Amino acid sequence: MTSRNFVALRTIWIKECTRFMRIWIQTLLPPAITMSLYFVIFGNLIGSRIGDMGGFSYMEFIVPGLIMMSVITNAYSNVSSSFYSAKFQRNVEEMLVAPVPNWVIIAGFVGGGVARALLIGFIVTLVSLLFVDIHIHSLAIILLTLVLTATLFSTAGLINAIYANSFDDISIIPTFVLTPLTYLGGVFYSLTLLPEFWQWVSKANPIVYMVNGFRYGFLGVSDINLYVSMALLVGFNLILLTLAYSLINRGVGIRS
Amino acid sequence: MYALDINGLTKTYKGGTQALQGINLQVKQGDFFALLGPNGAGKSTTIGIISSLVNKTAGDVKIFEYSLASQMEDAKSCIGLVPQEFNFNQFETLWQIMLNQAGYYGVPRNVAKPRAEKYLKQLDLWEKRNSAARTLSGGMKRRLMIARALMHEPRMLILDEPTAGVDIEIRRSMWTFLKEINQQGITIILTTHYLEEAEMLCRNIAIIDKGQIVKNTSMKSLLATLNLETFVLDLSKNISSLTLSGFESRLIDGHTLEVDVPKEVGLNSVFEQLTTQDIQVLSMRNKSNRLEELFVRLVESGRQPEKGNNKHD
Repeated sequence: MTSRNFVALRTIWIKECTRFMRIWIQTLLPPAITMSLYFVIFGNLIGSRIGDMGGFSYMEFIVPGLIMMSVITNAYSNVSSSFYSAKFQRNVEEMLVAPVPNWVIIAGFVGGGVARALLIGFIVTLVSLLFVDIHIHSLAIILLTLVLTATLFSTAGLINAIYANSFDDISIIPTFVLTPLTYLGGVFYSLTLLPEFWQWVSKANPIVYMVNGFRYGFLGVSDINLYVSMALLVGFNLILLTLAYSLINRGVGIRS
Repeated sequence: MYALDINGLTKTYKGGTQALQGINLQVKQGDFFALLGPNGAGKSTTIGIISSLVNKTAGDVKIFEYSLASQMEDAKSCIGLVPQEFNFNQFETLWQIMLNQAGYYGVPRNVAKPRAEKYLKQLDLWEKRNSAARTLSGGMKRRLMIARALMHEPRMLILDEPTAGVDIEIRRSMWTFLKEINQQGITIILTTHYLEEAEMLCRNIAIIDKGQIVKNTSMKSLLATLNLETFVLDLSKNISSLTLSGFESRLIDGHTLEVDVPKEVGLNSVFEQLTTQDIQVLSMRNKSNRLEELFVRLVESGRQPEKGNNKHD
């Protein structure tokens, strides 16, 4: 990487991080509050009546899923809202006019989304420690799944923003696609509880693989083969990053 | 060397609108160049293509001999753009906007900071450096866009209607600043609706209409083609009728006279005839901006490209 590109990448990344830190009440606080409520209601109140799941207490079982849920939603919304705002206010033109390669623009925005997602993941983990002792099976798997998932959904948010023509357009996917897939992605239950047909249907949901890969990092158990989870995560990342690069190269949504 | 060398540039938008019909345009290094044209003529499309915000359909653009197609990063580094619309993040401070701009061009922070201070001070924005851009007045926002465009010290500055909506005092201070940086060697390309601005600042001019260059010449030779000027005279006494031999004239009211004066005749004869009739002239002014007359004439007279279209006169 040339030093010019490195300076440009660092500039975009710092700008993105400054943005979500500046509005921390909108970006960092809500996940902490929401997840605290999940832990109190689902973990403590209802969870105590559910009993064990997969050989662990219900609270221990849902912690990885809840962290992953926060990571997914924050990675997506950070990049979709930031990039669309840059389009809306036209300050994306600052980057398009400058000699910034398209891959640097993508890396800067996605890097910002990943930074926010990791910070949120850390905050939610801290919150969860107030309710349960966390068991860590493999820190490497945890971090790898976290970074790959954050990158994937940051890139998905970028693609959404590239196509978006209004602020409504960046809320449709999270509301009607992301939320249902996340709730049905095995955050709150083990797939083994489902009838065989619905287990099979659930395996078409990509979030199942992320939640289970992440859960394996904590608990050492998963409904899905770990290698399949990782391979799919890498595969989805490559597909979406290639798509994002192609869209920005062609100027879709940003050049006339 | 040409700062800008455009050949056969064509743009057809989705839907079939042909915004540019194969224009050729050359701007010399160090020039102060005006690109004029009515709304929808193709000015902003041309600037959009030069600054990579619009994809061209065909043609070739070179910036200081760097091809915008094959040497894009080098070509882009030479350009500073001051767009028509405010396009900075309204929630960032002026300081952040300036440093970010430098960063996009690969200027390291230790170089960017003194440079940002220099340009914010030169454009009277230093006191506002920690304010969010949205809190600035319209004139300040325009100056911020000029300061921002200079952060990577470009060799060519493109200004798309830079003084639109600013008061005359700020406009004049911006003119002074632009003249200074042009004298320092920065090539400037300007589009404006204030034709007085183009006349005052620019050495060369191209007029574009319906996606074609209808005139491309020096400001001096363009103005020299005017052979008639209209003067408005304020008269000392109230008159009801007046005839001036050899001149077209009109009484606007009892004290105000408009006279069309051919260049080769001059004003002496007008004054002689008025003196003979015991009428004193209290004051006198040009009726309209001279360039404006030419512009309207060029654009309205048939709207056909001249013979030798796209060539320097």
